[in-house]
Amino acid sequence: MSAAPVIELAGLTKAYNLGTPVETEVLHGIDLSLAEGEFAALIGPSGSGKSTLLNIIGLLERPTGGRLSIGGRDTASLSEAEITQLRGRSIGFVFQFHHLLPAFTALENVMMPSIIARGRPDDEAEATALALLDAVGLKAHALKKPAELSGGQQQRVAIARALALRPRLILADEPTGNLDTHTADDIFALLREFNRQSNCACLIVTHDPRLAARCDRIVRLVDGRIADDLPTAAETNP
Amino acid sequence: MKFRLPFAPLVALRFLREGRMQTLLILAGTTGGVAVIVFLTQLITQLQAQIVDRVLGSQAHVVIRPAEEVNRRAIDDAGFASIVEPRAQRLRSIDQWENIARLAADMPGVTAVSPVVTGPAFAVRGQASKSVALMGVDAERYRRIVRMEEYMVAGRFAVEGTRAVIGSELAKDLGIRMDDKLRVALPNGRDELLQVGGIFDIGNRDLNRRWVFVTLPLAQSLLDLPGGVSNLDLTVADIFEAQPVADRLRGATSLNVESWMQTNAQLLAALRNQSVSNNLIRSFVVIIVALGIASVLVVSVVQKQKEIGILRAMGASRSMILQIFLIQGAVVGAVGSVLGSMLAFTLLNVFSAIYRNADGQPLFAAELEPRFIAMAALVATCVGLLSALIPARRAARMDPVQAIRS
Repeated sequence: MSAAPVIELAGLTKAYNLGTPVETEVLHGIDLSLAEGEFAALIGPSGSGKSTLLNIIGLLERPTGGRLSIGGRDTASLSEAEITQLRGRSIGFVFQFHHLLPAFTALENVMMPSIIARGRPDDEAEATALALLDAVGLKAHALKKPAELSGGQQQRVAIARALALRPRLILADEPTGNLDTHTADDIFALLREFNRQSNCACLIVTHDPRLAARCDRIVRLVDGRIADDLPTAAETNP
Repeated sequence: MKFRLPFAPLVALRFLREGRMQTLLILAGTTGGVAVIVFLTQLITQLQAQIVDRVLGSQAHVVIRPAEEVNRRAIDDAGFASIVEPRAQRLRSIDQWENIARLAADMPGVTAVSPVVTGPAFAVRGQASKSVALMGVDAERYRRIVRMEEYMVAGRFAVEGTRAVIGSELAKDLGIRMDDKLRVALPNGRDELLQVGGIFDIGNRDLNRRWVFVTLPLAQSLLDLPGGVSNLDLTVADIFEAQPVADRLRGATSLNVESWMQTNAQLLAALRNQSVSNNLIRSFVVIIVALGIASVLVVSVVQKQKEIGILRAMGASRSMILQIFLIQGAVVGAVGSVLGSMLAFTLLNVFSAIYRNADGQPLFAAELEPRFIAMAALVATCVGLLSALIPARRAARMDPVQAIRS
């Protein structure tokens, strides 16, 4: 694979309660890189550090040691404001419980990353958001509040929102965790489709081996270490 | 193109709309607070202005009198024991009063000067006699000191020859009507027959009983002060500048100069104390409103933890989150001040309809000065902003991971 790496982790560690008697290291020297267009699953038992790793890659938390580059930029030297900006512009999040803003309509939720990045809503952002909602099959529900949508629909809105600024990296934390199998398949297919279309890198935390098997690559995390990192057989899915 | 709110106000307003009950409560609190402040301020300002106006309605702002006569000892030495008796102050004229009047008139801040000759007399009619104060004035000039024409109940405020203007109480006591005759007798034995050309009611029974206005020359001859005046009455542009003007005049003339602020020192002290207690009440109301806004926003920040985390994850900076909550505080303050001013206006209308003066006039006018509304809006918005500061900073410091997880 010769595509440029979107994320690169080298010897990354994360410890909590640093310098206190209860200091615990949850990630021990993670080396990982994800290239453009790659679609990888991150699996592992509960407490293995998956969510922490995802938060660190998503720049929501800072690593204790090691190196993290996003799009070739070392993040260690960046200020809080630069980190926030980088997160907003190049990373799209899909959370387990959709995490839409209940006070805003589906359309406004999808526009929100652009509103934040540009300071105010504009026609272009609205057009993009409408197109994205159309792509996830929810154009008719654009003006509904999240509470008026079903779980699957909410998650579709969340995916549309994650894609709003055409990020280079999509991070999904059990995006299908609380959905029925049928809806979960739909959501997964949607992610996969966008991954192909926009060539962004995707890292998806999942507990579902069935879904993991449909990714390009499975990274298994056990006790804060990468136990194995293997391409799947079904790499060339139809 | 339609108008679109920028990020921070957009989210702030949406949060306020979402927390309907909280927003209503906090708005009600702010509205009540602003209403109390605006109502109190307007009421007390008006009442104080009225009291001052009423007091000054029958008084000159500044009065110049001759210097008091004192006994001086010829031998000025501490070695002699002596008893110095204070002298009785006889009626005297201000030395060279025309020059003094001109000097006073040229003093900045002085708008009118009127020479007055005043002394004791008896008003006699038939068997009845009343002690009165004979006031020799130039009606035209005196009107600019006391607005006599506003108080006239009969005739005009004009004196000429032996035509005089007396108060309604004196008229009643002596059974006098317009154009009736009235004799004044003075301690020095002089007397004169006056004809009543006008009756006034100045709103003060004592003055209505005592003042008898005649021409300046008549009073001068009756009181044995030919060509002289016993005092100069002054009007100043700004009533609260009366004291400095009096001080300057005293310095320039070494005469006895007194401002209404000295004459009514007690009244002024009372007004000042009233202002102090008013300020105290206002400060407490402001503090209570600020605490109310702050506490509601603190709760709101906790409730909105998840949303704050989501916004941060989507790239919103700490300062953006800070702005969201500051704006909420400011909006609550601003809207509360508008509603509060409206409520205060309603209260003023209701109370001015209920409370009336002895003469049936409303005790105060049901009007709001724009500057009070502007002041209330400014203060309330600032208080809203300040009270939002602590909650907003808490929101901005929130760890996005913790926020989302919770």
